[in-house]
Formats: sequence, structure tokens, C-alpha cells
Amino acid sequence: MTTTNEGQGPLLEVRDLHVEFHTRDGIARVLNGVSFSVDVGETLAVLGESGSGKSVTAQTIMGILDMPPGKITKGEIFFRGKDMLKMSEEERRGIRASGIAMIFQDALSALNPVFTVGFQIAEQLRLRRGMNKKDALKRAVELLDLVKIPNAAGRVKQYPHEFSGGMRQRAMIAMSLALDPEVLIADEPTTALDVTVQAQIMDLLAELRRERNMGMILITHDLGVVADVADRIAVMYAGRIVEHADVFSLYRQPCHPYTAALLESMPRLDLKGQELATIKGLPPNLLRPPSGCPFHPRCRMAVDQCVAEVPQLITLGMDRLSRCFRAEEMITNG
Amino acid sequence: MVRYIIRRLLQLIPVFFGTTFLIYYLVWRLPGDPFAAMCGDRGCPPAYVATMRAKFNMDDPILIQYFKYLGKLVQGDFGTTYQGLSVGKQMAMAYPTTVKLAVIALLIEALIGIAAGMYTGLKGGGFLDNLVLISTLFLISLPVFVTGFVLQIVFGFQLGIIDVTVPPSAPIGSLIAPAFALASLSMAYVTRLTRASILENKRADYVRTAVAKGLKPNRVVGVHLLRNSVIPVLTFLGTDLGALMGGAIVTEGIFNIKGIGNLVYRAIFFKESVTVVGVVTLLVVVYLLMNLLVDLLYAVLDPRIRYE
Repeated sequence: MTTTNEGQGPLLEVRDLHVEFHTRDGIARVLNGVSFSVDVGETLAVLGESGSGKSVTAQTIMGILDMPPGKITKGEIFFRGKDMLKMSEEERRGIRASGIAMIFQDALSALNPVFTVGFQIAEQLRLRRGMNKKDALKRAVELLDLVKIPNAAGRVKQYPHEFSGGMRQRAMIAMSLALDPEVLIADEPTTALDVTVQAQIMDLLAELRRERNMGMILITHDLGVVADVADRIAVMYAGRIVEHADVFSLYRQPCHPYTAALLESMPRLDLKGQELATIKGLPPNLLRPPSGCPFHPRCRMAVDQCVAEVPQLITLGMDRLSRCFRAEEMITNG
Repeated sequence: MVRYIIRRLLQLIPVFFGTTFLIYYLVWRLPGDPFAAMCGDRGCPPAYVATMRAKFNMDDPILIQYFKYLGKLVQGDFGTTYQGLSVGKQMAMAYPTTVKLAVIALLIEALIGIAAGMYTGLKGGGFLDNLVLISTLFLISLPVFVTGFVLQIVFGFQLGIIDVTVPPSAPIGSLIAPAFALASLSMAYVTRLTRASILENKRADYVRTAVAKGLKPNRVVGVHLLRNSVIPVLTFLGTDLGALMGGAIVTEGIFNIKGIGNLVYRAIFFKESVTVVGVVTLLVVVYLLMNLLVDLLYAVLDPRIRYE
């Protein structure tokens, strides 16, 4: 499964992606130039509030964005150096699940209620790999075993509603691994689960990524979840990446006021008893975004320039990017 | 599951007694003596009336009459008409025709309804979608006697494509036009139900998962989407088959089909109480069994439903 990439750049690269939604109330620009890349064996966490565009990014990469109302207006998505947005639908289909696979947030609604878990895993093996029914089902049992589902041979015959929440998400992961994908996109894989199960699922994902040397895009709104798993973090706000850094630097020294505010709003043991910091205000309405930097109405560092112009991504040393006029100031004062 | 079926079958017993008693009571307590008017203006001789009243247990209290009737019924004896014809034989003659008509009507509404509903549900909007929506609305608002007569006049009299009336042997070819008239309303419902169900499910997360698995579009629609969308449609079709098995008085009347609807209509008209009670009893049983079948079908189609 370890694959070299013939020196064509990263395994998966998103460049300047723009997506808008045509709604009855007007055009909502949900992605406004998103760029990032993931390489073999690497985990990128995409962090953001609801509505920041992280799930739309994932759906656009998978080619499962509802169009209409969605529309890709600009950008490229390279997989192994080939732009997927220029491929035929049949060519893209060949990449799904075997090249790039996806895990969904709510496994209960993402699994088909009327088919057994085994059928749904074996289906891909039969139709995409030409395996016969018996072998495919045997492989499904192995996959359920791999994601540590007890009594996999019995479980394979059960329906999704007979699984608990955590087991269902494990089954979803098993399904996504069936065709040995090179990149795994996990869209809020633990949001629907309770905290102890969350940790187990994250550990499982990290372990599988390591063993199979996959690239992983982990989409989440939970800073606590990503710290142990991710190599790099891209923070999204209003359809843009506002900060991009390796995990260590980002936690030590955020270079965007939004990231800083997110970190401060995390509950911490050493601040027990004190009131939790929050970010005031609401995410911007994408139908009528604020002028300049979309974060300025909620930003405590905002200056006049933030209202007037949209900040560009600026590079701050090794692989660190921030979309803030006062980023350098934050570093020197930090 | 087995326990559920047994419980449902046990539930049939009180329903069976309740409905049959009600119909027996209503039919036999109709005002007027059925034998008084049988012999023209002069009236029947008292001896004849007395014999007939005794034969049909009419001097017993109604409850006793009912149980005497049931006692014969469980032996398979549906009784005889006033003229002495076997009601069981009458029903055995009429029922195959009704079943044939019902099955053809069901096939028409299922095939055309599901196909049209799927097509419009998947495409959504556009000329064909609107055409189907308007024509189904049109069919829903048309009473069956209008549809029936129009089919009969246009295709029977004017174009001469179909038989104007159905011969007594009721060959399948001659039943197609009446079945169309009978099915038109349900066909429109099935179309709309399928369309709505497809529209609702096609944006479902599991459909998106199926696409993300790299399955062919035909597989995504034909297996994942369709399997979930047909659940309410098949339930409707099952219930409708129960109704169709009850005969179609109007359609059978228009096309002169000697089915069970026709039989019960004539029996009511001529106050043939024994026939009315017999037919209704049979229809109650058929309808109850069809309903049970629909419930079981529902459990087969949707594994989330468990009857315990």
C-alpha cells in the first residue's frame, strides 16, 4: 500500500477551490479559494465551525457535492498529479473508495438501513474487484475484525440499526477501507459519539493510518480531537483557510486571532473553576459576508484595515500560513 | 415473527365475528318481509310464507339465526337463495373473474405507476414531470364511471379496438380495458407516491455513501435508492389489492363483467339476503388476510420493523 508518487508533487492537492451555492435568497460563496495538500502517510486536520466550508470541501473532493445547488466556479483538485475536476465521471468513479475513501459523520444515516453491514461492505468488493459473493463476505468479516468489532462473523449478517453508535462508526470505517484507499477523508467521524467512544475511534483511525500509510484528511470542529492525531492543521473560517501550520507550532503560537480564540475557548484542567472563554458573535452569513476580513466583526484585534481589505495568506516561515494583517505582530508579541 | 403471525390470526376472530354479525343483522333486519312481495300483487299464500320463514330460521331471535347460519358456514355451506340456488356455487362462478380483473389492474397500476414515478422523481422538474403531475391530478379527480364509459365509447364503439362488453368466460384480453378504468385512480396515486418517495430519498446520506463507494449510477439508483423508496409504494399496492379483490361494482357494471361486485349488487337489488351475507363474509376474510400479508411484507422490506 505504500505508494510513491513519481515525483509529481503531493498525493492529493487542492488548489484555489471556489464553490458557491445557488439558493432562493441569493448566491452563497461557501468556498473562497481553499488550497491544501496531503501526502502519503500524513494527517491533515481541517478545523472550523459549522458552516466554515469544511464538509463542502470534503464533498467536492469526493465528487458527491449536490449540484445544483452547489457549483464549482474555480480551482483544481489533483490526485496523483491529475486534475480530478477535468476527468470524466467514469474516471472519477474509479478513484472513489479505491483512491480516496470517505467516512461520514452520522454512520446511522450513512449506512443503508435495508441492507446488512456485510452486504454493504462486500458490495464494493464484488462490483469493483470482481470477487464472488463468498470471498467478498469473508473479506468483509476480516475488515470488521480489523476495526476491532467483536464477533465479526456474526455481526456481518446484522443490519446497521442492530449496531451501537461506536460499532456503527467502526463498520463505516471498515467499509471505507475495503478497497485499500490511499487517502481517507474522515468528516467529523466522532461528532455523533460519546466521549469515551470518540477516543477509541480516533485511536483506531490513527492506528490504521499508520499501518496502511494512508494520507488522511480529518475534518472536525473539535481542537481536542486533533492534537494527538494530526501532523498539520488547516483552520477554516467562512470558506477560507485562515491559518495553516504544523500541530506543534499552532498550539504553541497561533498566528491568527481566530485560532487563538479557539484555543482559549478549550476547557483546561489548570483553569478549573474559571469561566470558559468564548468567541462572541456568530459565523458570518455567507449570503451577505462582511466587508474585508470576514472575521473582523468578532475579532478583538481588528483594525480599520480589516474592515476595508480582505487579507491574503502570508507565509511566516516553514510551512506556516496566516490570513491576518497582524500575524507577524502576534508572533513577535507571543 | 411466528408469534406475531399467530397473534394476528387470533385477532382475526373477533373482527370476523363482529363484521359478519353486523352485516347479518343489517341485512335480515331490513324493514319488510322478503316473501310478502314475491308473488306479485296478490301476495303469497300464508303456507308458502310460513315454510320459507321456517327454512331461513326467521322466527328465531336474530342471535340464534346468526349462529345457525355460522354453523352451516363452518361446514362450507353458504346457504341457498330464496329460489334455491347455491350461494357457494354463485360465488365460485363469479370470484375467478374478479381475481383476474384485480390482478390485471394491480399489474397496470404497479408497472405504469412505479415507472412514471421513478422517472419523474429522478429527473424532477421539466416538461415531463409537469405533464405527469397534471395528468395524475386529472385521473385522481375523475370518477371511475367516467373513465369507464369514456374507454368503452372511444375504444369500444368508435375505434372498435376493445370489446364493448366482456363475454361471460372473461378472457384476459377483454379485461384489459376495464382493468385500466379500475386501476386509473390508484395508478395516479402510485405515481405520485413513488415520485415523492424517490425525491425524498435521493438526497439521503446512504445514497451519497453509495456514490462515494464508487458504484455505478445504475446500481446506486436501482439498488440503494429504489429498495428504500418502494417500501411505502408496495404497502399501498398490497392494501389496494385487498380492495380490488372486493370486486368493483361500477366497473363490472359498465363492462358487464360477471364478477363478485356484480353478484353482490344484484343480490342487494333483489333483496337476496343470503347471497349478500355470504359475499360480504368472504370479502371480509379476504380483506383481513390481505392486510395481514401487507404487514408481513412490510417487515420483509424494512428490517428495522420487528413484530414482537
